[in-house]
Amino acid sequence: MTMLFGIPLPALLGQLLIGFINGSFYALLSLGLAVIFGLLRVINFAHGAQYMLGAFTAYLLLFYTGIGFWPALIVAPLIVAAISALIERTMLSRLYDLDHLYGLLFTFGLALIIEGTFRWYYGAAGQPYAGPALLSGGTNLGFMFLPNYRGFVVVASIVICLAVWLLIEKTRLGAYLRAATENPQLVQAFGVNVPLLLTLTYALGAGLAGLAGVLAAPIYQVSPLMGSNLIIIVFAVVVIGGMGSIGGAIVTGYVLGILEGLTKVFYPEASNIVVFVIMAIVLMLRPAGLFGKEI
Amino acid sequence: MSSLTQSGTAAPQGESIEAGHARQKNLSRIGLAVAIVAVAGLIAAPFFVYPVFLMTVLCFALFATAFNLLLGYVGLLSFGHAAFFGGAAYFAAHAAKVWGFEPLSAILVGAVGAGLMGLAVGALAIRRQGIYFAMVTLALSQMIFFIFLQAPFTHGEDGIQGVPRGDLLGLVDLNRPLNIYYFVLLVFLFGFFAVWRIVHSPFGHVLQAIRENENRAISLGYRVERYKLAAFVMSATIAGLAGAMKAIVLQIATLTDVAWQMSGEVVLMTLLGGMGTIFGPSLGAAVVVTMQNYFATSDVPVTVIIGVVFVLCVLLFRRGIVGEAIRLMKR
Repeated sequence: MTMLFGIPLPALLGQLLIGFINGSFYALLSLGLAVIFGLLRVINFAHGAQYMLGAFTAYLLLFYTGIGFWPALIVAPLIVAAISALIERTMLSRLYDLDHLYGLLFTFGLALIIEGTFRWYYGAAGQPYAGPALLSGGTNLGFMFLPNYRGFVVVASIVICLAVWLLIEKTRLGAYLRAATENPQLVQAFGVNVPLLLTLTYALGAGLAGLAGVLAAPIYQVSPLMGSNLIIIVFAVVVIGGMGSIGGAIVTGYVLGILEGLTKVFYPEASNIVVFVIMAIVLMLRPAGLFGKEI
Repeated sequence: MSSLTQSGTAAPQGESIEAGHARQKNLSRIGLAVAIVAVAGLIAAPFFVYPVFLMTVLCFALFATAFNLLLGYVGLLSFGHAAFFGGAAYFAAHAAKVWGFEPLSAILVGAVGAGLMGLAVGALAIRRQGIYFAMVTLALSQMIFFIFLQAPFTHGEDGIQGVPRGDLLGLVDLNRPLNIYYFVLLVFLFGFFAVWRIVHSPFGHVLQAIRENENRAISLGYRVERYKLAAFVMSATIAGLAGAMKAIVLQIATLTDVAWQMSGEVVLMTLLGGMGTIFGPSLGAAVVVTMQNYFATSDVPVTVIIGVVFVLCVLLFRRGIVGEAIRLMKR
């Protein structure tokens, strides 16, 4: 068997792939957090709950209406985005003038309500969710076996991340958004409806979390607490990358997922904490984060 | 940071300085009266209320008071204080059960351990401001959670059970309910007084200056990061005192106390009672613990209730109970 650094090559590549898949979710979630933070200056603690909500919406759509994976991939994120937009309009928007910490505390309470309610109805156990039939089975790459669906997740997340990056960096809407980040009053004076922009941004970020949730449903089980532990890792990812740049959030997400996968091969005991350790090191060497600028 | 807490000391506009001072004196007189009544009530309480419940409230009240030292008086939102509370519980439980320490030394082991953890976490966290500070403390406390989950001495999911209460200094048998209650009350009053003393010292005034305007404090020549770190370590130590005491009282140390949900609960207690007030966090802790006890036996999930109270507090009731009371009295 081929060996690399004293580790069988298939094991190494297998963990690398798992790391890449986890990294895809880190990237999608930290991207959503960065989009929301960029304009609203709110750390969206409910991001994990919105991710869970996406997965559960897909599960419930299948359970009650028989709507399968492909339609759910579009519908579920839209539902999550709509609910989030309503919450932003009625409640979160009242907190923008206050210290940013109140936004964090509000979304924390929101996450408790959403996760607590689902846990009450469905218990803490996970519900299985079948992936699309089209992507069942796997492909033998010669050096390792790749389940088709996981390959799809990796490709899909890269496409989504690129699309959002293009939307923000290259389109007119993105230009408004970036301008409003710099100076909301001035942009408002130019006739752009800034409050609407804020609502759309929050919906976009939450919708991304919902989309990540649907993608995650066939891989991890659908459970009420699937987002709450993930979101803390994503926070660390965001601290490492710095919130300043959308691209930085994406790249950091993938890199940390892969590093975490590698840790599982070389020193499994530390795989739970490696992201936090890296965060501590980055804080010591470059407090603003790898891509960040101090705000 | 100035909008975070409406300072309790700011005089209404157009008021003379003398009137302001008189008002201030009036308020601190009311504070003293409240303190005397509260202590008298706490001394009499175990004859009317189940002591274990009271002791749980006192532990959380001290925890929230320690947390408020940071949030209310320095304006730093730590989202990882459970690490110090729960960590100290583990240290104290281990010292009492495995090393056979008597309860007071075991509690001191817990508090010192929490203080050292606070030094490490604080040194990293104060490198970032505002919202990042909250995220860094949360992430570091989650790392500590995983370390406790895997460390052999914590016994993973089982926790350290059957922690002996022992004899205080080898003299007083803490297995008697009244003995341990008055011991807990004394430790609580000691911790509470320590926080009060810190807040009202020159050091505490510098902390509040940092809360109001950090840049100005820097330009006045204060080494702001040292003050923040010192406050962080003090807060962690006193939070540890509370956690260690809880391990001795309830005779168990578990993962629940180090989990991030606990960090959220202490934020809620402080917010609900009134951040930046001396009595607020204790009152908030009493309300939250009572609420948890009440809803634990009902159908309604506690997490949802806590979430709802959180949202309502943030949207409508940012001064908290004591904060609102002070505002009404100032009218």
